[in-house]
Amino acid sequence: MSETPNGPAGPAGPGNPGTPPPAGDQGQGTTTQGGVPAGKKEAGRDRDLASWLPTVVDSIAAVVLALVVGAVLIMFSTPRVVESLSYFFSYPWDFFKFSGEAIWDGYRALISGSVGSGTAWTRTLERAAPLICAGLGVSLAFRAGMFNIGAQGQILLGALVGGFIGFHYDLPAGIHLLAALAGALVAGGLWGAIAGVLKARTGAHEVITTIMLNYVGRFTMLYFLGKEALQRPDSDNLLSPPVDDSAAYPTIGGVHLGVLLAVVAALFVWWLLERSTLGFEMRAVGANPDAARTAGMSVARVYVLAMTLAGVLAGLAATMTVLGRQDSLTDQVAGTVGFDAITVALLGRTTPLGTVLAGLLFGALSAGGLSMQGAAGVPPELTQVLQALIVLFVAAPALVRGIFRLRGQGRKADVMATGW
Amino acid sequence: MTTTTEAPAAAPEPQVRDRADVRRQVRLVITFAVVLAALVAFALLIEDPKFTYLLGEKRTAEFVPKDGNATYISWGAVAIAAAALVLAALDRFPRGWKGALLGVLVGLAFYAGFLMWAYTDQGEGGFQAFIANPIPGTIRIATPLVLGALAGCLCERAGVINIAIEAQFLSGAFFASVFSSVAYSSLVFIPVGLCAAFGLLGGVVAGVLIAAMLGWFALRYHVNQVVLGVVLVAFATGLTSFLLGQIPSEHKETLNDPQVLEKIEIPVLADIPVVGDALFNQTLLVYLMYASVALVSFLLFQTRWGLRVRAVGEHPKAADTVGIKVDRVRWQAVLLGGVFAGLGGAYYTVGSTGAFDREVSAGTGFIALAAVIMGRWHPVGATFAAVFFGFMWNLQNQLSFVQPVPGELLGAAPYLATIIAVAGFVGRVRPPAADGEPYVKG
Repeated sequence: MSETPNGPAGPAGPGNPGTPPPAGDQGQGTTTQGGVPAGKKEAGRDRDLASWLPTVVDSIAAVVLALVVGAVLIMFSTPRVVESLSYFFSYPWDFFKFSGEAIWDGYRALISGSVGSGTAWTRTLERAAPLICAGLGVSLAFRAGMFNIGAQGQILLGALVGGFIGFHYDLPAGIHLLAALAGALVAGGLWGAIAGVLKARTGAHEVITTIMLNYVGRFTMLYFLGKEALQRPDSDNLLSPPVDDSAAYPTIGGVHLGVLLAVVAALFVWWLLERSTLGFEMRAVGANPDAARTAGMSVARVYVLAMTLAGVLAGLAATMTVLGRQDSLTDQVAGTVGFDAITVALLGRTTPLGTVLAGLLFGALSAGGLSMQGAAGVPPELTQVLQALIVLFVAAPALVRGIFRLRGQGRKADVMATGW
Repeated sequence: MTTTTEAPAAAPEPQVRDRADVRRQVRLVITFAVVLAALVAFALLIEDPKFTYLLGEKRTAEFVPKDGNATYISWGAVAIAAAALVLAALDRFPRGWKGALLGVLVGLAFYAGFLMWAYTDQGEGGFQAFIANPIPGTIRIATPLVLGALAGCLCERAGVINIAIEAQFLSGAFFASVFSSVAYSSLVFIPVGLCAAFGLLGGVVAGVLIAAMLGWFALRYHVNQVVLGVVLVAFATGLTSFLLGQIPSEHKETLNDPQVLEKIEIPVLADIPVVGDALFNQTLLVYLMYASVALVSFLLFQTRWGLRVRAVGEHPKAADTVGIKVDRVRWQAVLLGGVFAGLGGAYYTVGSTGAFDREVSAGTGFIALAAVIMGRWHPVGATFAAVFFGFMWNLQNQLSFVQPVPGELLGAAPYLATIIAVAGFVGRVRPPAADGEPYVKG
């Protein structure tokens, strides 16, 4: 992609061997003009048209494979099935019957809990929205050549400031929401900017600083939760009041406004990366910072801006729980969104569209996982294992093709960002 | 030496100094000025210079708290910081290992001055906190971090990014617990005393299994290694929690109630004053950690195999050209790394508290990863980084008994200190050139 920054990505002329895979344009640090090593690898695939089909087939196959492994886990987490194993040789039918029932119940609950009804869809979308926003932040930093593990801390800070504005001040309805939203975005952005500034000014590695800032963020949250102004009057725990209704996202068509904002954020990130000068600079720095510097770009500025924007997106993710679900502030308010966001971004191959789809998938699995637990007694950790396996199998298309005996060249494993 | 001192005399024109050199001096001056100001403030704030200290970690028959006078120590620390400031201001601050040593000395002076301030003036009556020996706690906390960081060094020197240290910790902790519990409750042929050591074996097996997954997907299927590491962490977190949930409560004793490693005292060495008991009255795992640091350093820098590991991590094509089997060497490094990381994971169950709990390692695998980077991918550097972190963490634990510092600031202190250390003193680091790049022949 780096050699055709302004051209439409779709109909590249046939026989253009230099066109990198649609999403894998992170570039290796060693390539001079994207696709020099890729040219040889992908000589067999000369049409872009055919390139998305194997990707889709691979992805579906990966999900199926993960579900198969999940089915085995469901089997062994069902007491009835484990018991029937003890008399397997005298009466094998019980084992198969009970396993079948357990798997059927589990996956039926998964589907009905995620997409089976209106409320299920609402839950899926509202769970997907923060993952999408934070995942976009991770993707954006990734494209600029940085591995942002700090979404968790950025979310916490965004939630802290956004939530505080939301319940502490008394403002008119629309303005209150805007103020809380702005506060969350600014706080998240500033927290992200710390890592960017440190990298730009001192070369401190962003992996270290963002990990540490996650912990510092948690203690910052705890510190402020201990203050009188943030204490919920009727509670003895470290718990803040929920935000006022005037600062909460209004509900549109069953889901809160935040879901719409997540989509807007995805469009914005797409525009930024693919159509703006800054985005071009980000991708250039991500592909090869030395070349970008030689070309006259300010690498330091790109680092700072990319991390700031990543933080802003994480701050937006924070508003989904605080302003959307009107959760109270605790030190657990971010849940595991910050870490799941990394997985979402990587599953989406750090593109905006991919991140949205991956976020939806993870949101559905998370929503469905709850009803699996409720209706079929499947332990909730299974969802996490499923998510990990899906990403793993999507990232290893050769393995999945081998297992399913799929023919064709298939997609090569992505080389998104090699090295640190 | 003589030529360098004479050179300015022969050339009287003013020396042109590198901008980076000036920047270094400015940074040192500012740092030492801040340290000095803080130390003077600490020293002036002390009203009653009496403090209590303990050479051991806990009050025992052998270790009784003694009283000390804070005045000399605080002003001594001030003197050290002032000397460093003068050296830096005159641009005479040494470089290389001498500079590092002096820097550590200033750090210790700051630590001492801070402790004096924190532990004096506790008021009459009530609980009197004493300064305990920080070394045992530091070693304990650093043990898994060092082992994890060694695993990271081995993998990454061979060109395979290992973000999955946390995954190896979790699975190592879980299976160490299971192995030890099973050995104690079911395998009668293993003596009771060895059950905990048998748990270490379980940790190693689990660490190697995760390493094998890492190697299989990274080397056989060329999966992006950053993705892979993150996914393996999620996978191990989910799987260990899942398996823990599957252990029925009536089988808890047989599967998740491990024997814990006993302390072993090394006869002569443990009698060294102050440090002896702290360093040489520890568990088997700690001794394994000491040995591992030496072993990994030796393997990487003194053996043919280590040269090959570094070669495939820096320039796999060149290594391949001279006949080194790139993927085979990488496999070996990754699997060996799994041994150390699995041992590190075992710390969290059989090495310390016993039973496995959900996410028992609490993200320390990522801190080990940070130690790898902070130590510039060198086993000894990574060890120092891990020990530094353990020291800060231990300090935070100990200070939680003293009043003057707010608890949340204290909790954040190890992480803030790491950020300051990385941003201020470590700076830009260079990873192995081929780190994370799958090697495709041809």
